[in-house]
Amino acid sequence: MSETLRAGIDIGSTTIKMVAIDCDNRIVYKAYERHMSSVSRALKALLDDADAALSAQAMRFNFTGSAGLRLAKYAGAQFTQEVIAASSALRMHAPDTDVCIELGGEDAKIMFFEGDNIEMRMNGTCAGGTGAFIDQMATLLDTDASGLNKLAKSYEKLYDIASRCGVFAKTDIQPLLNQGAAKSDIAASIFQAIVNQTVGGLSQGKKIRGRVAFLGGPLTFSSELRKRFTEFLHLENPYLPDHGEVFVAYGAALEADREPKHINELMADVERYRLRHNDTVRKTMEPLFASKADYEAFRTRHAQADVPRLEPSAYEGDAFLGIDAGSTTTKLVLLTANGEVLFDFYRHNRGKPIEAVKDALHEMHAMLHPGIVIRRAMSTGYGEALIKHAFSLDDGEVETICHYEAAKYFDPEVSFVVDIGGQDMKCFKIDDGVISSIVLNEACSSGCGSFVETFAESLGHSVEAFAGMAVDAEHPVDLGSRCTVFMNSSVKQAQSEAATNKDISAGLAVSVVKNALYKVIRAHDVRAEYGEHILVQGGTFQNDAVLRSFERETGVEVVRPRIAHLMGAFGAALIARKRHRGDSRSTMLDEARLKAFSYGRKRATCHRCHNLCALTINIFNDGEKYISGNRCEKGAGINVSYDDIPNLYLYKYDKIMAYEKKQNLINPQAKVGLPMIMNMYENAPFWQPFFEALNVEVTYSDRSTKALYERGQDSIPSDTICYPAKLAHGHIESLYEKAVDFIFYPNMPFNFDESGHAHNHYNCPVVAHYPEVINANLDHLDMEKFLQPYVTLNDKTAFVNAMAKALKPFVRATKKELKQAYDTGIKAYKAFRQSVQKQGDVALEYARKNDLNVIVLAGRPYHIDPEVNHGIPKLIRSLNVVVISEDALNHRACRDRVDVLNQWTYHTRLYDVAEYVATLDNRVNLVQLVSFGCGIDAITTDEVKTILERNHKLYTQIKIDEISNLGAVNIRLRSLLSTMEGAKNHG
Amino acid sequence: MADIVREDGRVIFTEAMRDEYTILVPHMAPYHFDLVVAAARSEGYKAELLTTTDYDVIHEGMKYAHNDICVPAMLVIGQFIDAIKKRSIDASKTALVLVQTGGACRASNYISLLRKALKKAGYPDVPVISLNAGGLEKNPGFKVTPRLLHKFHDAILFGDLLMQLVNQTRPYEVNEGDTDRLHKAIVQELKAYFDHRTLFTWRRHKHKTKSIIERFKKLPVDRTQKKPKVGIVGEIYVKYSPLGNNYLERTLEQEGCESVTPPLYDFFLYSFDSRAYDIKTYGGPWKEKFALKAFVWYVEIRRNKIRKMMRKAGYEPGIPYKAIKRLVNGFIDVGTHTGEGWLLTAEMIDLIHHGAPNIVCTQPFGCLPNHIVGKGMIKKLKKHYPESNIVAIDYDTSASKINQINRITLMVSNAKRNLERKIG
Repeated sequence: MSETLRAGIDIGSTTIKMVAIDCDNRIVYKAYERHMSSVSRALKALLDDADAALSAQAMRFNFTGSAGLRLAKYAGAQFTQEVIAASSALRMHAPDTDVCIELGGEDAKIMFFEGDNIEMRMNGTCAGGTGAFIDQMATLLDTDASGLNKLAKSYEKLYDIASRCGVFAKTDIQPLLNQGAAKSDIAASIFQAIVNQTVGGLSQGKKIRGRVAFLGGPLTFSSELRKRFTEFLHLENPYLPDHGEVFVAYGAALEADREPKHINELMADVERYRLRHNDTVRKTMEPLFASKADYEAFRTRHAQADVPRLEPSAYEGDAFLGIDAGSTTTKLVLLTANGEVLFDFYRHNRGKPIEAVKDALHEMHAMLHPGIVIRRAMSTGYGEALIKHAFSLDDGEVETICHYEAAKYFDPEVSFVVDIGGQDMKCFKIDDGVISSIVLNEACSSGCGSFVETFAESLGHSVEAFAGMAVDAEHPVDLGSRCTVFMNSSVKQAQSEAATNKDISAGLAVSVVKNALYKVIRAHDVRAEYGEHILVQGGTFQNDAVLRSFERETGVEVVRPRIAHLMGAFGAALIARKRHRGDSRSTMLDEARLKAFSYGRKRATCHRCHNLCALTINIFNDGEKYISGNRCEKGAGINVSYDDIPNLYLYKYDKIMAYEKKQNLINPQAKVGLPMIMNMYENAPFWQPFFEALNVEVTYSDRSTKALYERGQDSIPSDTICYPAKLAHGHIESLYEKAVDFIFYPNMPFNFDESGHAHNHYNCPVVAHYPEVINANLDHLDMEKFLQPYVTLNDKTAFVNAMAKALKPFVRATKKELKQAYDTGIKAYKAFRQSVQKQGDVALEYARKNDLNVIVLAGRPYHIDPEVNHGIPKLIRSLNVVVISEDALNHRACRDRVDVLNQWTYHTRLYDVAEYVATLDNRVNLVQLVSFGCGIDAITTDEVKTILERNHKLYTQIKIDEISNLGAVNIRLRSLLSTMEGAKNHG
Repeated sequence: MADIVREDGRVIFTEAMRDEYTILVPHMAPYHFDLVVAAARSEGYKAELLTTTDYDVIHEGMKYAHNDICVPAMLVIGQFIDAIKKRSIDASKTALVLVQTGGACRASNYISLLRKALKKAGYPDVPVISLNAGGLEKNPGFKVTPRLLHKFHDAILFGDLLMQLVNQTRPYEVNEGDTDRLHKAIVQELKAYFDHRTLFTWRRHKHKTKSIIERFKKLPVDRTQKKPKVGIVGEIYVKYSPLGNNYLERTLEQEGCESVTPPLYDFFLYSFDSRAYDIKTYGGPWKEKFALKAFVWYVEIRRNKIRKMMRKAGYEPGIPYKAIKRLVNGFIDVGTHTGEGWLLTAEMIDLIHHGAPNIVCTQPFGCLPNHIVGKGMIKKLKKHYPESNIVAIDYDTSASKINQINRITLMVSNAKRNLERKIG
């Protein structure tokens, strides 16, 4: 019996691994394959190979891995959970391991070994898909996983890339690519983001130190990823097993103890599983097309939307050029004076937008008749400014305007345009020839298009071929719609349930559409709300399956122009043609100058304020500079002062921060530390005077920065909580370094009851009770010094009683003194609120006088923290717009009922300010700031939107998180402003 | 045909509707809601429990509820809309009822979200009845009379009893299906139990309870095989509803565990007690506080009797509410009242004390209170109870099941190993 081999088979989300070991635990056979989504087929091939290599011996089999779970269950085989298997293998090979980090295709795990006790953790749902993420990012950079590793070796600088999840990270990376950041830097930053995500999401208060083992595909194959971990965690000599890629399978082999079986017996079991399994895929939907004829009719209908073309070599005369430098692709259209297309170009920019345009222009020149004169050239899209600069174009225009122009060409009555590109989704509604509202996707729902693309490529298909497969899918699988991380993991599940690629392709198409309709557009009845004249465009709609599911889901027959992927460029060319006057020639680089064109790149950090923008400076060969990555004009090297334009966010922040400096105490009886987080940004004007009245000196925590966040990162217990709450950990840590006697952070379930019409006056659960989380998770600090009483500022008696008890160990104060201090505090708080309100009036007046646009940036008090708002208020100011906060105007609202349970004070302000903004003219618009993970905002966003739209106002939402790249925000704001301008000119 | 009456924009459930309308009830807790519906029917309401779990429920929910809203809201709304759309009966003769808890959690907003969804789906006249303790909304056609309240009370007591008995029997049954059959039979019989007109039912209730326990006791079981106990705590909907938690109880049993779900009544007592606490701490009417306290006191007397009977028969009935409340001392303040509040933490400690250190902490993806009282407390619990083996699982209609199962399997593997170590 002791001769019997033991085999471990590890079936993960992307790969399948097998190891066979002898009685001395030595490996006699190993294999590692990507299963390309067909688990049973890959397993069969692997077993055939093993059978031959091991001359058909009977073995004890043990399965492991997420995809092995179901298989083992149905085939009646042994199964060991992968983390358990890994820990067995580690005990055998590296018993001195303290911590083990394992990254797989889908899951990330950390194990802490403490004697006999092993603590094991896996990532939350949100942060799934590390391996898949690396593959996707590699595709984005036009390489593969090993290429990414090679790139990262020569990095110079690390960018901040959001580490919450793959989708957010991609949102940060895309603009970096567009700005022309070096691929090597991006590659290294991607690895750093994985490190941050793993450490931040999984360590949860436990320090990763001692001997650390690295396991799993990504860590085994990528030396640079290991290096990033090693540097970030200050590790010495981490352990990397010899057969890291099959290590878990090895662990499973160690655990194998069932009766030996021959491989063909096992294969018979697996075969039975496969047969029985085909009908167990759950959550399937109707096929996209009922029949072939149905599909043909569909194709014929859509083939009608087309534009006339002319041979470029046969045309002489005026021509107009539109360049759309999108997030992942570069598009060019050259039109004749009559609107015929002479030349078009669509290609991935592969992270090099300037080169892509240069190539396109070269290609274009080569084909043109010498008698063609380009009269005007215009750029649009993500890289609008960069391209305009680089090639000296005549104009740049916001992409929505270009798209509308193009849409009108196909359907003059067009009422709704839906554009799903690779990264972003843009939809806009047209009323009376004016864009009346724009819906853009949030970070969470971005990247659907390119997800389908990279997924197709990972299966070895082109997008077209992959989309074609969906057409005759019989049972499309439901893959959910939340985001691509969730979709990815649903795809993995479907694969392990043996769903066919056809059904997955169709399922993905439906998911993309549902994401657009129910998450981005938020329409339940598109026909009723947006009319029958719908035009769809963007690269993702080239996929017939996506188009079909859109029509089916909405019940509207839509127009998809043949040039759906070129609409931005087409529109830009149309506008260029429209704007052309007289016989002026385009300022664009001509063929000769284009040949000589070259550019260099430099990176720098702007130190003009504490946003510390990471700048990319493109220097062209004529000496022209183009700076990107900046939030305000200061970074662009322009010394224009916008300081006169009122900005309530900056005003409030300065005012709140100034309370710390104001105090003038002689011999204070104690020193209290206030963490500047959450509702402290509202209540500091109460607490500082309150403590001052008790002769207690107040010290604030350090100002929020990314570094401060990272200091507290490893004690955050929940990775899906909002960023303002996550920041709390760093703030508390910083207070412990200051000479304070105690730290004061009260639980406040109730807020001020400031409006008579609301149902209640709660704080949100996180604001109310985060001190409890601090208390339970920062236990490495002296919690005796951490005061977290339950108080309310609404009721003097209740307040005094609670405070008397809480402060006793640190502050001598009678109840009478506390009462007086309370009064002082309330007075000061009221004065603060009034000054903010007054400033709101001043700002409105200023805008009126100077004929400026106003954006009411409606968020929460803590959104004034520059690390939370990422400088968005500054960015808006740089667009010449007055910024007013929600709490400066909410008191002016005419009290009204809302359709939801109106029970949170901060949120009541949102409804009120929306009511008020709705009464103002078109120069004033509301933009709602929403923190990622804020559950309550799922309710408020809908309600605020309803209030505004009921009054024919635009609604714009900006979701913020750790993400600091403002590329998407910039587009959103510019779209809003151009719509405002359009409405103004029209009306 | 009853007239549609609106008050403050919402459709009122009028007295005329009472006889005419069918009231649809979402399936929120499998052991309890059958009985709650039976109780309501016995009082003349045409109540009907929704048992649909197919894909359309998710689809309608996604369509009519905000995509970022938590999964309980999405599923409940989806279940309602799906039912109204598909049912042959007239939508104009249908009303909906929803249990509303109140408090700072967004769950207290379900009712307004449901109304919005109904409006969007084209059913603006369907009245939505809010069933709550705090008196948030009034409906003349639906009055919680003392007798109805008492029947609900009995229904919850029976629900908890059956849940505990089934959980403690099924994993060990000798003949597969015995437990479920008995459970089904008892539920069927209990429907008739509510057809009484008296208010005081102590004796009847006691006899019934006793006979139920005895009948469970008679089922052949084999308790020689030790199975790890796994507790289920979390957000109230995904904790109990199989639709919300992908049949967690079954999954755990299939993995060879005994699942332990804390009683639903504790949650209601916690809600009443929290309201009383808030009145005491932040001000409010003392009469209400007194009534709430008295109610908790009364319920606990009744429950103590049941606990005694269960214990006598060898079942684990759980500990009194007061004792649970004491457990959180040093962990979290009993002033934490959002969502499941301190009770969630307390239940975890209770489970650890009672031989179930293996815990699945369920929450909807993005659940705010759970960041604090669930995930936020795990580290501290682990420190005080190194044997604790807690896994937090996020539930979402878009999340893949395999991810959840994989994490649960890990927790179960650890549980089994720990159990072996303890025995061996």
